[in-house]
Amino acid sequence: MATLTLRNIKKAYGAAEVIKGIDLDIEDREFVVFVGPSGCGKSTLLRMIAGLEPITSGDLSIDGKRVNEVGPADRGLAMVFQSYALYPHMTVAQNMGFALRLAKVPKAERDAKVAEAARILQLGPYLERRPKDLSGGQRQRVAIGRAIVRAPKVFLFDEPLSNLDAALRGQTRIEIAKLHEELAVTMIYVTHDQIEAMTLADKIVVLQAGRIEQVGSPLELYHHPANIFVAGFIGSPRMNMLPVAVDGVSAAGVSVRLPSGVALTIPCSGAGLSAGSALTLGIRPEALRPDENGPIAGTVKLVERLGGLTLLHVETEGIEDMIVQLEGLSLVDLHQQVRFSADGAALHLFDQAGQALPALARHSLVA
Amino acid sequence: MSASLTGPAPGHDAKAAPAARPVARSLLVMPSVLVLLAWMIVPLAMTLWFSVRQYNLLDPSIHGFAGIDNYTYLVTDPDFWASLENTLILLVAVLVITVCLGTLLAVLFNQPFPGRNVARVLAISPFFVMPTVAALIWKNLLMHPIYGVLGVVAHAFGVPPVDWFAHYPLFSVIAIVSWEWLPFALLILLTAVQSLDTDQLEAARMDGAGSIAQFFFITLPHLSRAISVVIMIETIFLLSVFAEIFVTTAGGPGNATTNLAFLIYSRALLQFDVGGASAGGMVAILLANIVAFFLVRTVARRLET
Ligand SMILES: Nc1ncnc2c1ncn2[C@@H]1O[C@H](COP(=O)(O)OP(=O)(O)OP(=O)(O)O)[C@@H](O)[C@H]1O
Ligand SMILES: [Mg+2]
Repeated sequence: MATLTLRNIKKAYGAAEVIKGIDLDIEDREFVVFVGPSGCGKSTLLRMIAGLEPITSGDLSIDGKRVNEVGPADRGLAMVFQSYALYPHMTVAQNMGFALRLAKVPKAERDAKVAEAARILQLGPYLERRPKDLSGGQRQRVAIGRAIVRAPKVFLFDEPLSNLDAALRGQTRIEIAKLHEELAVTMIYVTHDQIEAMTLADKIVVLQAGRIEQVGSPLELYHHPANIFVAGFIGSPRMNMLPVAVDGVSAAGVSVRLPSGVALTIPCSGAGLSAGSALTLGIRPEALRPDENGPIAGTVKLVERLGGLTLLHVETEGIEDMIVQLEGLSLVDLHQQVRFSADGAALHLFDQAGQALPALARHSLVA
Repeated sequence: MSASLTGPAPGHDAKAAPAARPVARSLLVMPSVLVLLAWMIVPLAMTLWFSVRQYNLLDPSIHGFAGIDNYTYLVTDPDFWASLENTLILLVAVLVITVCLGTLLAVLFNQPFPGRNVARVLAISPFFVMPTVAALIWKNLLMHPIYGVLGVVAHAFGVPPVDWFAHYPLFSVIAIVSWEWLPFALLILLTAVQSLDTDQLEAARMDGAGSIAQFFFITLPHLSRAISVVIMIETIFLLSVFAEIFVTTAGGPGNATTNLAFLIYSRALLQFDVGGASAGGMVAILLANIVAFFLVRTVARRLET
């Protein structure tokens, strides 16, 4: 059992405010992922939760109890560091059992717990090795094992997979998902990686410059980004942004005029909009389909064939590099004129402050 | 090497070049090897030679082969055993003091506090004072019962001042030598402490380690290599401490502060007994080699893990 509540959490280094007031609720057994650009304060926030960094102001509660002043070891958390931070002079078994040894747990019990963690992580054959004699992936597992052994209420991960190669990253990602299932604990996970965030998270927290931009399930963030920042951050390749002007507002949504002069109707609520005001239209690369009668026309400038996918870089009016992602092998040629259409439900409108206009209908997969 | 780049000249025997190389190479390193060899072997051979000769500067008429007389005279001389004991006590005491204090200071100076850089420079500066000067400062300015600072302090408290070099001669020498070598230990250990990954300390904090547990379980093991380096280098120099003793106590009172180096000096240049001094020198070489053997072995084992 572990729920976390963050209330107006702030962190300042001298005059520089790094975390500018975070409010967040984390449910029991939830897998929460913090994402955001480099330097936005993800690690700082995680370290404040861990107790490694003092909280400048605000309240952090675990299971309803304020823990701002509680030391890191007594919060019932365990952390996996990006650098793994294994103790180089201890064997794998000693590394994993260190917390128990400090807690004066009897040796037999300690060994049993270490053996159990080693079984879960398939580290059995390496228990007597030193960290330097392990591969990167094995070190990673030892770091996770060290966390498991303490049976914490909450696991904290700070970019745990960023030092692994792509194949191992995929594999370890799945192992972490299984671990979350098996241990049934709360996990907080910091990452740069879109795929990790989308696949692991129950709840994604998008941070920018020390503030929360949006909190929601992965699909909610993908289908209903709250603002331009989240829309651009979630999804790869990035969402295409076109400047558009409002034509009129009707029950079917907002009609806008593309730079090319073509009109489109997007099912968003346009309350308070007047004709002529400027908006930004967001189109995901994967929402565009080739269509001879489509409203969007352009010239192909670059074709990237990835085998299963084809990425077209299209120059069109209002945007020089519009990316279109097509399934399979497209036979489109360089410099060819192409036309595209897009499903209205997959289009997003943002006002001048960057806030999304609320969609009239929620996506079926997003409650 | 470069042979593969240039290749043998056409029509030239391809095997000749590699075969000629080792010869050329040894010819080229020969001068330095010879100089080093002469530098070491000649004095060693001469010491060995003199140690089996009757050779007294005061009376050139006594000469000739002495056999092991110089050695038997040496080992039956109580001064010799006392000097051996003093050498080892000095060595061990200074090592313990500098390594323990050096480790503590290194950890301390790694904490942020105002004026840390100035404090570091001050703590390291004794290393730049030459041994004779350091000894004179301690003897005349610090430990002198009448003019010394310690004497004045004792006086201020109404306690009779201690005549350090008369009553605690070996301790005084140990204090001086430790003062000189502490900065060295501190310098090496401080750089080692600074290279400790802070993530490891934080992981230990998460695991429930307080400051003391962090020190013993994380910092100290991390420092173990640096400590062995300090021990090895200091040992080499501490076996031959001389200036401090010469300047302060001249080996006395009695033989209380005579170490092996000072004993050899007094045999050779106070008693003019070159033969006896050479025998002492051979013992010093033996001692240094025994110590070096164990030390290098343990240190090398530590360094490779
Ligand atoms: N000790 C410090 N003193 C001053 N500023 C700091 C300190 N530590 C971090 N910062 C600043 O806090 C901000 C957030 O840092 P943080 O490490 O949390 O970023 P991050 O989101 O984890 O980035 P990354 O994804 O690159 O790891 C950065 O702008 C950084 O410069
Ligand atoms: Mg970070």
